[in-house]
Amino acid sequence: MLSKYIPLWPEQASTVAGHMDLLYVFLVLNTIFFTVLVAVMVVAFSIKFRKSKHPVAVQIEGSVPLEIFWSAVPLGIAMVIFVWAAVLYFHLMRAPRESMEVYITGKQWMWKMQHPTGQREINQLHVPVNTNVRLTMISQDVIHSFFVPEFRIKHDVLPGRYTYAWFNATKPGTYHIFCTEYCGTKHSGMIGEVIVMEPAAYQLWLSGSTGGSLAQEGERQFASLGCVTCHSGQPGARGPNLEGVFGSNVKISDGRSVTADENYVRESILNPQAKIVAGYGPIMPTFAGQISEETLIQLVAFVKSKQGTGAKAGGQATPGGKQ
Amino acid sequence: MSAAAASGHLVAGHEVMPEENYLSVDHSLKSWLLTVDHKRICILYLLTITFMFFIGGAFATMVRLELLTPAGDLMQSDTYNKAFTMHAVFMIFFFLVPSIPATLGNFLLPLAIGAKDVAFPRLNLLSWYIFVIGASFAVIAMITGGVDTGWTLYTPFSTNYSNTNVMMTAVGILIAGFSSILTGLNFIVTIHRMRCPGMSWFRLPLFVWATYATSLIQVLGTPVLAITLVLVALERGFHIGIFDPALGGDPVLFQHMFWFYSHPAVYIMILPGMGVISEVITCFSHKRIFGYKAVAFSSVAIAVFGFLVWAHHMFVAGISLYAGLVFSFISFLVAIPSAIKTFNWSATLYKGSVRWDTPMLYVFGFLGLFTIGGLTGLFLAALGLDIHLTDTYFVVAHFHYVMVGGMVLAYLCGIHYWWPKITGKMYPELPAKAAAIIVFLGFNLTFFPQFILGYLGMPRRYHAYPAEWQVMNVLSSAGASILAIGFLLPMVYLVWSLKFGKVAGPNPWQATGLEWETSSPPPEHNFHETPVVTTEPYHYGEKEREI
Repeated sequence: MLSKYIPLWPEQASTVAGHMDLLYVFLVLNTIFFTVLVAVMVVAFSIKFRKSKHPVAVQIEGSVPLEIFWSAVPLGIAMVIFVWAAVLYFHLMRAPRESMEVYITGKQWMWKMQHPTGQREINQLHVPVNTNVRLTMISQDVIHSFFVPEFRIKHDVLPGRYTYAWFNATKPGTYHIFCTEYCGTKHSGMIGEVIVMEPAAYQLWLSGSTGGSLAQEGERQFASLGCVTCHSGQPGARGPNLEGVFGSNVKISDGRSVTADENYVRESILNPQAKIVAGYGPIMPTFAGQISEETLIQLVAFVKSKQGTGAKAGGQATPGGKQ
Repeated sequence: MSAAAASGHLVAGHEVMPEENYLSVDHSLKSWLLTVDHKRICILYLLTITFMFFIGGAFATMVRLELLTPAGDLMQSDTYNKAFTMHAVFMIFFFLVPSIPATLGNFLLPLAIGAKDVAFPRLNLLSWYIFVIGASFAVIAMITGGVDTGWTLYTPFSTNYSNTNVMMTAVGILIAGFSSILTGLNFIVTIHRMRCPGMSWFRLPLFVWATYATSLIQVLGTPVLAITLVLVALERGFHIGIFDPALGGDPVLFQHMFWFYSHPAVYIMILPGMGVISEVITCFSHKRIFGYKAVAFSSVAIAVFGFLVWAHHMFVAGISLYAGLVFSFISFLVAIPSAIKTFNWSATLYKGSVRWDTPMLYVFGFLGLFTIGGLTGLFLAALGLDIHLTDTYFVVAHFHYVMVGGMVLAYLCGIHYWWPKITGKMYPELPAKAAAIIVFLGFNLTFFPQFILGYLGMPRRYHAYPAEWQVMNVLSSAGASILAIGFLLPMVYLVWSLKFGKVAGPNPWQATGLEWETSSPPPEHNFHETPVVTTEPYHYGEKEREI
């Protein structure tokens, strides 16, 4: 195997890596074909028709059939690549419904991971093998980008809203995490590792002590920040009942309806006046600047935990229609 | 030819420099600084951007030296971040964007259409002064501490986090942008209004078509860059929330605005190069271009479609999937005109009478490297594949293949081809050929390994990197040292040729084109009599019959 001596691609450690490499190889072959074609034409013509051998040039005006031919063939190949790559893009940008969740906060210059089970890590991410893992990511300062070359996944991590990525690791091992959006002084130090474990080892790792699940932590925050006063769930409460809200369509006061996803919950905490649930008054104070991204994630996880059973996790990795 | 004979340049078979030419009119410094002659303004730009090129090159040297070892050990992270930022700022805004249009474009456009000057000669001089003022801001920003945002100035890093000279650099780019707009405007009007009798649109040399397409982008795109930079300044200076979410802004909006200019700007940088290639390949094949209209219209198609593909820089930046779909589709379409050009150039060689002079060696290099640069662009336009490749060294390799392998080679090609016209002297052929070959080899050794590094996952703008990637990085740095020699050599022999070069005569390459029908260097007002065009361009067959 050539790649043993000269590595041509990173280790294939996720379910999409093979697909990605196949498309890549197709494009490489395409590039080699056309480059060799042009090189052979250029070299052959300029040797065969060099001035000493071919002193008088034959004047040729051009050829419409040839122009059509060499426009249509590249266009056809380009369309094949376009469709193939678009299918892969949609597959990679939309997490499967059944996915384990991990929350990631990027900051200059580290990655902070929060597991639903309550574990927290810095620059390390422990996950089980052969499991869909959906990453919900946010930055607390500038734009970062979360990249694991062995999994062939990457997505920018923005301040101000959640973005998503997902993978399914196929081999236990340790893999690179890189920040790939330039973020200042220690950009090249904003690295880490994904540690993919066999299920048994992962269970052992999980059983390490935590202070309770992410949702439980969120519930504590929910109480201590006073949210529970209005969002009490009692009839006649001043704030809407959060039971079953996550993932549902919420009617808001201007008549529109929005899907209650992570970004909606986050916005409702930081900027409550932006989308007020129909039938409620604009009385909630803003929490902007008062709670950290990590606490916000806990609150989101808490609201999410109240969606009841059989709810739709996952869904589209990038909420469409935002732009 | 007739013009040459008429003005008495041929003396007993030896060429002599024409007594009266644009260089000999007046030797005072004042005559240079206040000149409105497009040919002298070309020289002013040539000196300025060559200086800028070597500043940019010095920063590239720093980057490649640092990357010899995996650890960030030669300089501090902040220094490294400034080095790659200023390499790009100087190379893109102060070298590549003005390179061919402001030098060869200025010199040749009026000559090629049989005009005495551009439409607005004073505006032309003003463009140069504006450019120099912009460049001075950038240089002062560099000397007083530099800037570390990357040339892309992504927000909110550039507006609320970077502690470097962002404002001064942005002001420099903003000012230089006006120079670009004025040059573009000047050229558009010149091409519309100043063509000599008989010079119809389809008799224009393809270099003029390419310059026209470039000018359109300069006039339509650059104002958006100016607006974007002003918004960055408002947010950075006055905390008006436009891009930073902490102030209520949207950071992705900045990327849309930035790339709305900066993607078409890539075509500002490559289209004039394509024009040069069309001129040189016909001359050294002694043959008309294959598919004149296809090559001409593909320039315009690139300029138009080039405005509709900007978000292909943003497939993983958090745009909607369906927007990604549209931008990917149009990006594949914009590749087709470039393919058409490449095939037409290759076909032009067929049954030609091919000479292997230095400019032609650059054409060969261009065709190979631009083909690779273009095809690797398809990898990045491909939605799914771009997820893995974006922001890695694959992108770095791709755009250097287009910008250096394409544009800089075309620029050197044009400089050599028109050097006899500009200076009246021939460059020495042997060192010139050697330099062309050194540039080609050094270039490939520098940038080919970066494709491999990119697919392996090495992110761009990294001061330190994992040890397993050292071999490829050492190869790349070694290539860069060879490339540097290739770029320094022409500096030496071109300057040498000014004094010691053979006198060129009006048309040393037996080329068609009006610029070759006047003396070298041309007289102050280009032509002694206004030319009248009776043939299509590249009438090499008829030339044969005349001889």
